[in-house]
Amino acid sequence: MTIIENNPELMAEDRNDEENYEGAQTPLRRFLSDFCEARLAVFGFFIILVIALVAIMAPFIAPTDPYNLATVSILDSRLEPGEAMMSGTIAYLGTDGAGRDMVSAMIYGLRISLGVGIGSGIIAMLIGISFGLLSAYAGGKIDSVFMRIVDIQLSFPAILVALVLLVTLGKGVDKTIIALVVVQWAYYARTIRGTALVERRREYIESAVCLGLSKNRIMFRHLLPNCLAPMIVVGTMQIAHAISLEATLSFLGLGMPQTEPSLGRLISNGFEYILSGKYWISVYPGIALLITIVSINLVGDRLRDVLNPRLQK
Amino acid sequence: MRALRQIGLAALGVAALSGPLHAADIVIGVRSEPSSIDPYFHNLGPNNGMLGQIFDRLNDWTPGMDKMFGRAASSWKPINDTTWEFKIKKGIKFHDGSDLTADDVIFSYERAGNYTGGNSSFRTYTKGKTLKKIDDYTVHIMTEKPYPLMPNDTTTVMIMSSEAKGTGGKNKGISAKDFNNGTAAIGSGPYKFIEWKKGDRIVLEKFDGYTGPIAQPWDKITFKFIKSEPARVAALMAGDVDAIDNVPTSDVERLKQNPKLSLSSGVSNRVIYLHMDQFRDSSPFVTTKDGQPMNKNPLRNPKVRKALSMMINRKAIVERVMEGIAIPAGQLLPEGFFGRSNKLQVEKFDPKGAKKLLQEAGWGDGFGLTIHGPNDRYINDAKICEAIGQMFSAQGIPTKVVTMPKNVFFKRASKGAKGGLPEFSFVLVGWGSGTGESSSPIKSLLATHDKSKGMGASNRGRHSDPRVNEVLNQALATVDDAKRGALLAKATEIAIGENTGIIPLHYQVNTWATRKGLKFDPRADERTTGYDYTLVK
Amino acid sequence: MQSALVVVIMSFIVFSGVFLVGDPVEILVSDDADQEEREMMIKSMGLDKPFLVQYGIFISKAVRGDLGDSFVFQEPALLLILDRMPATMELAVVALLIAIIFGIPLGVWAGLKPESLASKSIMTGSILGFSLPTFWVGIMMILLFAVLLGWLPSTGRGDVQIILGMPISVFSWDGFSHVLMPAVNLALFKLSMVIRLARAGTREVMHQDYIKFARAKGLKESRIILVHVLKNILIPVVTVLGLEFGGLVAFSVVTETVFAWPGMGKLLIDSIGLLDRPIIVAYLMIIVFLFVFINLVVDICYSILDPRVRLEDIKS
Repeated sequence: MTIIENNPELMAEDRNDEENYEGAQTPLRRFLSDFCEARLAVFGFFIILVIALVAIMAPFIAPTDPYNLATVSILDSRLEPGEAMMSGTIAYLGTDGAGRDMVSAMIYGLRISLGVGIGSGIIAMLIGISFGLLSAYAGGKIDSVFMRIVDIQLSFPAILVALVLLVTLGKGVDKTIIALVVVQWAYYARTIRGTALVERRREYIESAVCLGLSKNRIMFRHLLPNCLAPMIVVGTMQIAHAISLEATLSFLGLGMPQTEPSLGRLISNGFEYILSGKYWISVYPGIALLITIVSINLVGDRLRDVLNPRLQK
Repeated sequence: MRALRQIGLAALGVAALSGPLHAADIVIGVRSEPSSIDPYFHNLGPNNGMLGQIFDRLNDWTPGMDKMFGRAASSWKPINDTTWEFKIKKGIKFHDGSDLTADDVIFSYERAGNYTGGNSSFRTYTKGKTLKKIDDYTVHIMTEKPYPLMPNDTTTVMIMSSEAKGTGGKNKGISAKDFNNGTAAIGSGPYKFIEWKKGDRIVLEKFDGYTGPIAQPWDKITFKFIKSEPARVAALMAGDVDAIDNVPTSDVERLKQNPKLSLSSGVSNRVIYLHMDQFRDSSPFVTTKDGQPMNKNPLRNPKVRKALSMMINRKAIVERVMEGIAIPAGQLLPEGFFGRSNKLQVEKFDPKGAKKLLQEAGWGDGFGLTIHGPNDRYINDAKICEAIGQMFSAQGIPTKVVTMPKNVFFKRASKGAKGGLPEFSFVLVGWGSGTGESSSPIKSLLATHDKSKGMGASNRGRHSDPRVNEVLNQALATVDDAKRGALLAKATEIAIGENTGIIPLHYQVNTWATRKGLKFDPRADERTTGYDYTLVK
Repeated sequence: MQSALVVVIMSFIVFSGVFLVGDPVEILVSDDADQEEREMMIKSMGLDKPFLVQYGIFISKAVRGDLGDSFVFQEPALLLILDRMPATMELAVVALLIAIIFGIPLGVWAGLKPESLASKSIMTGSILGFSLPTFWVGIMMILLFAVLLGWLPSTGRGDVQIILGMPISVFSWDGFSHVLMPAVNLALFKLSMVIRLARAGTREVMHQDYIKFARAKGLKESRIILVHVLKNILIPVVTVLGLEFGGLVAFSVVTETVFAWPGMGKLLIDSIGLLDRPIIVAYLMIIVFLFVFINLVVDICYSILDPRVRLEDIKS
């Protein structure tokens, strides 16, 4: 039993066939040229690069430090786009309800959103890979127990699991990441198990077994690299999903702390102003969030098509 | 349906023009849903507001809480030090047609005091009091000690019919359920209970047999529960409801400019203030400037507390955070309430003075602090915390801001640390005086925490000064209004003026919005009552 | 068996989680109450007992089908939720129908002509559909359709009729106009998914031999699509949608919050705010049962649509 709340695996429902994984073995160049066939995806990839760069360089790019309470002042709150703040800096996209410059707040917020999305994605992937590989390789009882755990986990909608976890854990970046990891790891585990089960039967694994290589070595040196292609697809989609989920949780009043808002938190903070015509507090971060998620999904979508040779003509 | 209502409204307009007002229907979008129709179930704002329309009380407050008037009582007076006499109006009918008599009053007070259904906290008002029937329309209430607040207390307990039937038969086994489905919801108020669809609406209908002092401008009142702030405003703008309560401060300005709507605001009896840890030598959230734990607690020094109060720019908070919809506070209750001090002024924003005072106290270099507050309890609560964090940080007290949902916050703020002590060092909270005078906040917030005496129940900073306790106790035993008022003022002056036991920030102002042609008389007790809406021409 | 285990584990996690977090008494008591008053209240709710005792009481009652009384309403939590269930179910069913009615034709079309502009726009649109956060779209819809244009009511549920013993609102205009926006909002995500599933399915099926064979036989294109293609893509679509129905119910938490829809999701969020533990626990239990039930229904549908899958396979 499975719940496919934004489960990319099901979006590429036909990937589990045996012949599917040749895609991963085609040369990189072919992959690149395939990928680049879709201009939209290339554009998306370019945007992601820019966003990532902005997020990494945030302290150098942002005009002000929105998280330093000593410099943020409520006397600057709710300035319209283009007005000057008390410090003389011009707030090109206005300021929010606490007096943070929107440009800076968005850059830092992007950093947190991406950080939470990618961070939770990587941790979940590592956990998922370990469980999934072990499960596939060991088979038998371990496999059935692990997969049962995965099934149980997946039988609960992500939003509910995250909601309950955050109610229990409280707020904060670390806690949000924990909740998102718990929600995501099972997707990775199941995906990699499915792939690994197929790969296991291949000759190169059998020959490795015959050579008497250690289990760990086979699992991580031989099996894992050949299972990575679908992980990349699931990973991109999951990161987009995690970012969106974090925003939703912030909207429901859980997730990020108030003084260090992520994009989602900025949007929900701005909601109370949206009907009063102060659109910029909610709309600009909303657009930034949309662009981020859509770009990641565009790339993920294309990756899936490229890595899935059965749909190729 | 909407079209129908619009026709209805048009007809109403004509009727309004053509002479005496015809009653009609009103749909009100409110934020909070009561938890029961049982009048003693919870002593909480949404319940008291909603049920006060169905049930009478002996006495009640005018919307501004400046005057008490008799609802079921025609007169009341102390006949000796420990006995109050209440006369009950003749001819009051319950919704089932029976008469309201002394028996019903006594039954109600007993049910409120012995309520076992769960969570009533009306015991606060019935404890230590004995009711005695003199005749059908006279009741004596005896107290253990002289008790000047008796009339105030009678504005809380609602009167239900002693004939009400539960599933267990007359007078027996009446449970909240019997009220919620309507069988036992028999009051004598201006409106009858019709139905409650949980999570959606409560419908009330005009009670034709009502003869009391409260106006009945509507035939039918529908309360729709819309918790989300933007959704509630949107519902009003889309015409789905005729009026809403708790207009978010961020929308007030724009709604004012909307020609189709009208707004009314009123100061509430709720003060927003800060509690400071005054009982620990090493307070968990008071640190050195770089965040290391400290074995000294500057908050125990009244000069430091005063300095912190001076660092807060209340005007900026009111203007920028509350968008002008609040009044800076210097004590526990806004002007017009009983037991205020005329001497206490709002603390002036004075960074230099604060700096000097800190130096005098030996804390000129500052210290680190964390302010904790709820984020879903008071108007803009989290934003106020953030603004205070900004002000302190900019003036040499690096401050972290941590806000959390009220359900988590209040437990930790009251008893989150070992031994059931308050967990935080510096918290933002609010207090609404249910009795409409200042003894209740002094008793709960500033008197020494003492479980056996029921003092300082919400004293989360554990401010303690024997002088305050003494003056308060004296006041609580003084029946003469003028003398009692002076004593309460004195207690406030010591606790806040001299000690800065708490830092008052502002009084909350609540805003209601209606479509044009309606008017709401703003209520200081923050209740949204259908009968306070009237048609204007 | 497995589900029973899930129920027990979940109940324990939630129970202990909410136990640790906060104290409902602090919210339910009035400001004026003194310490003694507070303690009486704690006692009357049984919150003074040690954690394991409380959990034990809960379990022993739960076995008998009693999930405890709500702290806030003092009524059985289960009944309170079941009371709200029809509203949520109605919303989810309407959303599901919207997803199917619009999703399958769009998806099949995109699958038949993968290179056309229309197809590419549909696919890009579907990416947008599952990228947009539900809550954001919801508020934008309220702004546009309720406030600016005034076409649809912004919040709440319309008049309810009793049909076949169930309170249903969609069959009156008032009810329908209320349900439309939240349902579309809730459906958006699933709509994108159906489009993608239908498209992928169609593309795959079109390459199959039996389609070529049907073409060679000279069957009309419309018959090929309506009978052969549709039947084959329905299997994954039904599976996914069936399983996703639970997801719809869960995600209605967000939609119900935005549109003030009086369903069980809104009750959950309200109860979380008030730490009404019995309701939170009961809600999750009901969701677990719902999922088990849905899985069963999907399996049965599956065997009807695809005779190759026999019921024995499913049971094992």
